[in-house]
Amino acid sequence: MRLPCPICGERDRREFYYAGHAVALERPGEGAGAKAWDDYVHNRENPCGETRDLWFHESGCGAWLVVTRDTASHAVLSAVLAEEAAR
Amino acid sequence: MGELTAQSPMDGMMPTRIGGVALREVDLGALTLVMPYRGADDALSGALEAGHGLRWPDAGRMTGTTERGVMWFGRTQALLIGVEPGEGLSVHAALVDQSDAWAAVEIEGDRAAEALARLTPVDLRTGVFGVGHTARTEVAHMAASLTRTGEATFLLMVFRAFSRTLVHELGTALEGVAVRAAR
Repeated sequence: MRLPCPICGERDRREFYYAGHAVALERPGEGAGAKAWDDYVHNRENPCGETRDLWFHESGCGAWLVVTRDTASHAVLSAVLAEEAAR
Repeated sequence: MGELTAQSPMDGMMPTRIGGVALREVDLGALTLVMPYRGADDALSGALEAGHGLRWPDAGRMTGTTERGVMWFGRTQALLIGVEPGEGLSVHAALVDQSDAWAAVEIEGDRAAEALARLTPVDLRTGVFGVGHTARTEVAHMAASLTRTGEATFLLMVFRAFSRTLVHELGTALEGVAVRAAR
């Protein structure tokens, strides 16, 4: 598996650290209820198909990425810098 | 206090030659990690040009030479090599002296790339990773910086504490490649 780092280009999976679903970028706002926080902290989808994950290019440039990939076909569809995805 | 003698990271282990590939330790001199403050990229690049006549490198590239140059070193980071940073730089970037933190090895030989391919996942073919290209990657599971400085020459840097492990790993890879080539 190779991930297209926007900074480094296509790189081997070994250089990356997987940090789960990109829900971490969608922090609930002030006053959000317990349900929102429960979902944010604990609950994760387990999709068969397209998913958005956070990956850290740990051994490479050090950037956090949001990678879109397909869990059924294993296709890696795109990767963007997390700082841009979070805007 | 007794007399202290500075020891280089590869002291006693290099230069050496394994399977026709030369390994030499490189003394890069002053190494400064330069990390521009948010929004200060252009100002820093200008200060580098004005103060040192060096350009800020694009991602995955180096400018100047390994004796005096700037090596891309990660997202919004570059390593200033062989130059004491002037006053002008610290206004625009955080600077960290890393002169003694790295062990640097020059690897030269026709089979250098083949041996390195056993240790790192980076695609080292010349069409992809040409002269002046640099990558932060892992080499035998160690955090590393790898730069192609010539057609068959690489500069490889790892943390100084890993110098002995690096020599061991390079030796194993180079011997393996040499044996396979002799068959």
